[in-house]
Formats: sequence, structure tokens, C-alpha cells
Amino acid sequence: MATTLTINGQERSFDAPPEMPLLWVLRDILGLTGTKFGCGMAQCGACTVHVDGKPVRSCVLPVGNLQSRTITTIEGIGATPVGAGVQKAWLDLEVVQCGYCQSGQIMSAAALLASTPDPDDSDIDAAMAGNICRCGTYVRIRAAIKQAAATQKS
Amino acid sequence: MTITAEVPEISRRRILGGALATGLVLAFHLPLGAARPPQTKDPAAGKFAPNAYIRIDESDQITLIMPQVEMGQGIYTGVATILAEELDADLTQVVLQHAPPEEKLYANPSFGIQATGGSTSVRAFWTPLRKAGAAARAMLIKAAADQWQVAPASCSAALGTVLHIESGRRLRYGELVDPASKLSAPSDIPLKDPKNFVLIGKPLKRLDTPDKVNGKVIYGIDAMMPGLKFATLAQCPVFGGKVADVEDHAAMQIPGVRQIVVLDDLVAVIADDTWTAKRGLEALKITWNEGKNANVSSKDIWDHLRAASEIEGVVAKSVGDVADALHLGETYEASYEMPFLAHATMEPLNCTVHVTPSFCNVWVGTQIIARAQSVAARAAGLPEDKVTIHQHLLGGGFGRRLEVDMIATAVRIGSKVDGPVKITWMREEDIQHDIYRPVYRDTISARLSGDKVIAFKYRVAGSSVIARWLPPAVQQGIDNDAVDSAADTPYDIPNFQVEYVRVEPPAVPTGFWRGVGPNNNVFAIESFMDELARKANKDPIAFRRDMLGKTPRIQHVLDLVAEKSNWGQPLPRRVGRGVSVQPTFNTSIATVVEAEVDSGGDVYIRQVTLAVDCGLAINPDTVVAQIEGGMIFGLTAALYGEITLEKGRVQQSNFHDYRVLRIDQIPKIDIHLVKSGEAPGGIGEASVIGGPPALRNAIYAATGVALRRLPIDRGLIAEKKSWL
Repeated sequence: MATTLTINGQERSFDAPPEMPLLWVLRDILGLTGTKFGCGMAQCGACTVHVDGKPVRSCVLPVGNLQSRTITTIEGIGATPVGAGVQKAWLDLEVVQCGYCQSGQIMSAAALLASTPDPDDSDIDAAMAGNICRCGTYVRIRAAIKQAAATQKS
Repeated sequence: MTITAEVPEISRRRILGGALATGLVLAFHLPLGAARPPQTKDPAAGKFAPNAYIRIDESDQITLIMPQVEMGQGIYTGVATILAEELDADLTQVVLQHAPPEEKLYANPSFGIQATGGSTSVRAFWTPLRKAGAAARAMLIKAAADQWQVAPASCSAALGTVLHIESGRRLRYGELVDPASKLSAPSDIPLKDPKNFVLIGKPLKRLDTPDKVNGKVIYGIDAMMPGLKFATLAQCPVFGGKVADVEDHAAMQIPGVRQIVVLDDLVAVIADDTWTAKRGLEALKITWNEGKNANVSSKDIWDHLRAASEIEGVVAKSVGDVADALHLGETYEASYEMPFLAHATMEPLNCTVHVTPSFCNVWVGTQIIARAQSVAARAAGLPEDKVTIHQHLLGGGFGRRLEVDMIATAVRIGSKVDGPVKITWMREEDIQHDIYRPVYRDTISARLSGDKVIAFKYRVAGSSVIARWLPPAVQQGIDNDAVDSAADTPYDIPNFQVEYVRVEPPAVPTGFWRGVGPNNNVFAIESFMDELARKANKDPIAFRRDMLGKTPRIQHVLDLVAEKSNWGQPLPRRVGRGVSVQPTFNTSIATVVEAEVDSGGDVYIRQVTLAVDCGLAINPDTVVAQIEGGMIFGLTAALYGEITLEKGRVQQSNFHDYRVLRIDQIPKIDIHLVKSGEAPGGIGEASVIGGPPALRNAIYAATGVALRRLPIDRGLIAEKKSWL
């Protein structure tokens, strides 16, 4: 089935069964490999992307539900001021280790800061608890979200 | 490893014809600073190639070749920092390259093979890398001095330029590559005095992270190429079982399913995308011949291990006469047990291959590239020089990628497929076909005299990973990893013995897991020390401190952690502090965990405090990051980690039942690094180890419940309600 989506500001058309999760359309059909496969059951958050600005787990999101929606992935999030601020804070505080989960972490953090510009610890917990990091970078993720929020404010 | 001039060039024998030639070991580049066009040269292409690690070309491009792989631990930045320090290169302008499979040049001196593990990278390569950088610098200075007809000693170097101090004349390294490459490498070049370091010891920015925040990094799982097909697989759910029959009619009806590959022990579905491959796999009716392990359960494995642990083992360390000393009075005994653990790297197992009758290409992130090449060659039935390994950054390793099973499997599948194919393990397959951290059982007997330990006998029973993975390293029946941090205990005990009983679990393959042998030994010994301290009616830190007189660095971190953790200050009910010390990987660590226990036995970690002496920290910020992350990795295992078997099958399958700590469970982690000029110690493994025993001891302090197994048993804590 031909589907057209706006992905990172560009219209992309592709053929895929409507049940195919967005994750695999992005990765295998469109070659946008920045969005990661981690669990396939919305347990780890590595596949997080934005649909109309809201964070979703693309591994369980059928692409057929998305006709005419706007998708942002890690490849495009730096074009938004919030996303660029999160990426900068991530590098300033050296959050990243292996990096595999960080696409999803950054997408969740950018969505949090877009909706809650000054998050407290419980906001961060609620927004980020769905994103697993096996390297254990959580201490710095929290600090980087706070730094990005502070920078955004000033 | 000695750096000599005899091997200034990397062998070109692995260059393949046509377009593939450009891909040789170049899956990954880090052009830093200004954007650069992608490099398409092999590591020898720089005009000046004084040793295995350094290439400089006329355009001043400095390429540093990384003998160790980057899996998050920061080693690329560490290796580059050490080389650039002695080379006097501008670290912001270097390009990094993965080393190709070439053990003659890039073997890890700790193992004799190319492998990244055991917190060995900095320890093993510290001196070779410094010598390589210093020798190259000396050659560049000599080339400049010859040109100026001055003495080399009258010149200095900085940021990729040689300077004649008196005249102010300068030559860039790029201008010196021709004459420098005609010089022979000096053999004995003085290394920098550490007080003159400009890079080492500074919290420099990591070189691998910029492309990890924008989706640009290509991990093995992200490899793409024209004509690529996608696959996933099912191996027999019972270890060692075989395929009996496959009914594939329904699967082949699914549009996009291209091929079903049936091998003796697995079935793979090849499709136009991974999701269709997964649907195809689900549509197959596979009958397995489950074989001899069909009824193995965790109970069988524990019965087997417990029985074996009753037998005397091979003596790995003996001081005094422990048998005699134990007979002289009342002894105290306990056994500790550790579960199987999966690695659960965030990047699931995967491997992309293109196998033809004349060559085999492999795209993968591996901790052991030369072994990867040889196993791929065997699986493809090709000579090694027809196999190209395209190394990638690793989305987590933790020991899982020290194994090559995924590469052999992928090549076996790819041999049946026309064109390149990417095989991705679904998370369930990844967890249920791991090579697991072994189960261990540790038995300790000790005797106190007053408040002193005068006899201590420690027996560790468990699998020998080393015996399978690096057989020559097992000497006289002793697996040094299995007794690591026990045989070299920091405690000064007059009668002391460590024994090892090798016992392989039925059915389950065992491998290295971040923290390796010391995870087990430090947990058991530090747990028991707390039980002994209570028996001696002494504070756990004071009790330990008295026995650490011969290991002043450990004694110092213990004192420091006592001070920084407010040890001894009053705590609310149901809250305890626990301590552990460890002599691991040439790094001394003392950890205090403060934890709260509720009436249901649930445990909340309130605070972790560490004092760490890892010698000279190449990059102190990376060291801190490793300690933070390693602590969380270890505490995850302590709170949740356990793989169990029923009917020969692993019962856990994904992150819902193989849980890991999440951000809302993370305590404050307060880290105190001791400034030290001692040789660098390891940190990636060391940082995992101290949390679990310190947590266990915090629960012991809060409740009096002496836990002797991991993961922490909430039911057992809740059951013994006397502490409430």
C-alpha cells in the first residue's frame, strides 16, 4: 500500500503493509537507521520518534495509522531549537557511552522539554522511565535535561 | 608488544577487488574539527607509517589506528589521547580508524590475541602507545632538524608542528612525512615526564560521541547496501537441539518473504524487510528435536553445582595452614550463590554478511575481530584472506561480543543466500540464546580470634570461561579469572586458602560478563566479611580496616568512603548502610550503599558513595562516567538479574521479565577519585563489582537478614519480619 508521510520535513512515499510498524519502515525501507530496534514491544524506548510532536514507540506503531501525520526522527530533531539544545547538552555533559539507546533518549527528552520547559525530577522520571540505557547513563541524562531546560530559558 | 620498524605497513592482502576495496576496515571514521571528505584509504596509505598506530600524510592528516574497540567505555578517546600526547599531535584534528584483523600488529598484550575486555585496554596498551607516539615524534623532529642542519635537541614539537626554538623556524608534520619515512624508528625514546602532559589527565571531550546524538553513527545493525535483504532466525529453544521438520507453506505466502533457510540447528527467514522476516518466522511450523537437554531445569543445574562445590578444589592460593587453623576452634561457614545472567546489550545481536564462492564480507561490531575473521572463514569454507570484517562501533558489549557465535551463524545462513543479508536477532532470541554469565557457588569457612580473622578458606565452584575462550591461560587447573580478587585478596589473614572447583553447568553455554570473575568473588567475600564483623561485634569498616594494613591504597579508599558517606551517622528505621572493598583490575574501590527496605521486602537505594583509586586517570571524566554506569549495571543485576531454565528453555525473553534499572530508580552516585601518579588501572569492569555486596550489606544492616544469593530475594526479606 502506498503511504505518504512527512518525515523530518520531507514528504516520503513508500509501499508497505499498513500493519508494518513505523520502526521498520524508517530503518529498512527508508534507510533512516538512527531510530533503533531494541525490544519490539515498547519496553525499552530505543525506537522513540515524534508523531505530531508527541513521543511514540515506533516498534509497535502500525504505519497504516499514520497517513498524513508528521514524523520527526533523531536525524531531524536537531532542526528544532529544543532538539538542538538537547543534543548540545548531551555533548556538553558527555552523557553518551555506547550510544545505542541515545536516539530514543534524546527524542523522549526533546518531547518532554517541548511540553514542559522547566521539568522537575518527577517530570523527568515520568517522561524518561520508558527509555532503558544498559550503559547506565541515567545520572547524566537527568543532568543534561536540566541543563537544556536552563539554557532554553535564558 | 614492541613497536618496531619492521612492520610499518599493514598487510594489503585483505584488499579485495572492485568497489569493496574501498570498504576495507573503513566502516567508521571520525573526522573531527572541520568536515572532511570520507577517507577511503587503508591504514597504510598515509605516507609516514612509523608503527601500527600512526599514519600521517602530506596534507597533515593524522590517522590513529585503534587496536581496541569502542563499545561505550571511551577507549577510542583514551587511545587517541595517549598517542597524541607523546606524538604532540592536535587531538582535535585526528581521524580514528578501526584496526583490521591483524594479530601480529594489534594483539592485546594481556591475551596475545586481538580482544577488548577485562579492563585491559589502557593497562596493556599504555606503554606501547606512548612509545609509538614518542618514536614517531622523534622521527619527525629528526627529519626537521636534518633539513635545518641543527641538532634534534634544539627542536621541540607541539600540535603537529616541529619548531626550531632558537630561530623560530617551523615545519608542519605533513611537510616532514617524506624525509621522516626514510628514517628508521628509534628503539629507546624517552617518554614524557607526566608533569609535562598536556592531554593525559584532562577531562577531554570524547571523540566518538558527536555522531551518537544525531543518528549518524552506523552500528553493525545499521549496515545498509544495495540489494540487501533482511532476516531473522529461530534457534532451537532447547540448547543443543536440532530442527526436525519445517512447514513453510504459510510463511512463503507472505508478500516480501523471499526464502526460508533451514540449517541443522536453526531456521532463518529472508525477506524484504526485518518485520516481514519476523512475520514469516512466526508463520512457520517448526518441529524441534530437542535432544538431551529437553528436561534440564534450574533445579538440576543448582543440584549439580551444589554437589560439585562440596568437593575439594585445586588450590589457587595458600598462606599459612588453613586446615590446621580452622580445626583449632569454632568456625563460621556460609555459602553464596550467583545466578546465570544475560548481557542484554541495547543493540541486539546482529550480523550482516555477503557470502560468495570467492569472498565473504561481514559487517559487525565485535570485541574480537581476528577470531571473527577466522570463524567466518571456517563457516564460509574460504581462506581467511578472502574474508573482510567491516568493524563497527558496538551498541554495548559487556562480554557478549567477545563471542563469535553470531558471526558463524550469520555466515552459515548467508552462504545459502544470494547477495548481502542482514540477520537481526529479535530481543527474545538474543536473551534466550545468550552465552551466559555462569552460576557460581562459593563456600567460605573462617575462624575468629577475638575480633581478628585468623583463618579463611574460600572455595569457588563454577564454570571456567577461560578454559573454553583462551585455553592456554588455564595453568595447572587454575582459572585466574574464576579466582580473581579472591586469590589476591587485600586482607591480611595469617591462614588463608582459595580453591577452585571447575564445574560446567548442564546445557547452558557460559561466557564473560562485565566485571567477570571478581563479580562473584567480591560479592561472596564482602558479604561474608559483614557476617564476620557482626559475629566479632565490630563495625564493618573498622573490622575490614584492621586487615588492610598491607594494602594502603585500599585502606585509603576505605577511609575516604567512610568520611564521604557519613558512615556511622544515625539513620531512620529500615535504612542501612553497607560497605564493600575490592582490589580489582589494579583499581582500588570502596563503595558504600545506603538503602531502605519496606515491609514487603522491596529495596530502595537512597545513595551510593565511592572512593576510587585507579592510578593515573587518562580521562577523569570518562572514569567517572564508567563508575556511574558500571554501578547501575551491577545494581541492576543485584536487584533483578537472573536467567532460569525450565524444560531446557530459558524462561526470560525481553525487558519485561529480564528487568533493568530505569531512570526513576537511580540513586545519587557520589564519586571521589583519588589523585594518583601510579600506573593506570582498569575501570570498565571494576566499576560493576562493588555495588551488589555493598547493597546486600546495607540490607543486612537495615534488617539483619543475611542474603546469600543474588538477585536480592524480596520474599525472603519480607518473610523474616523480626526486623520490622
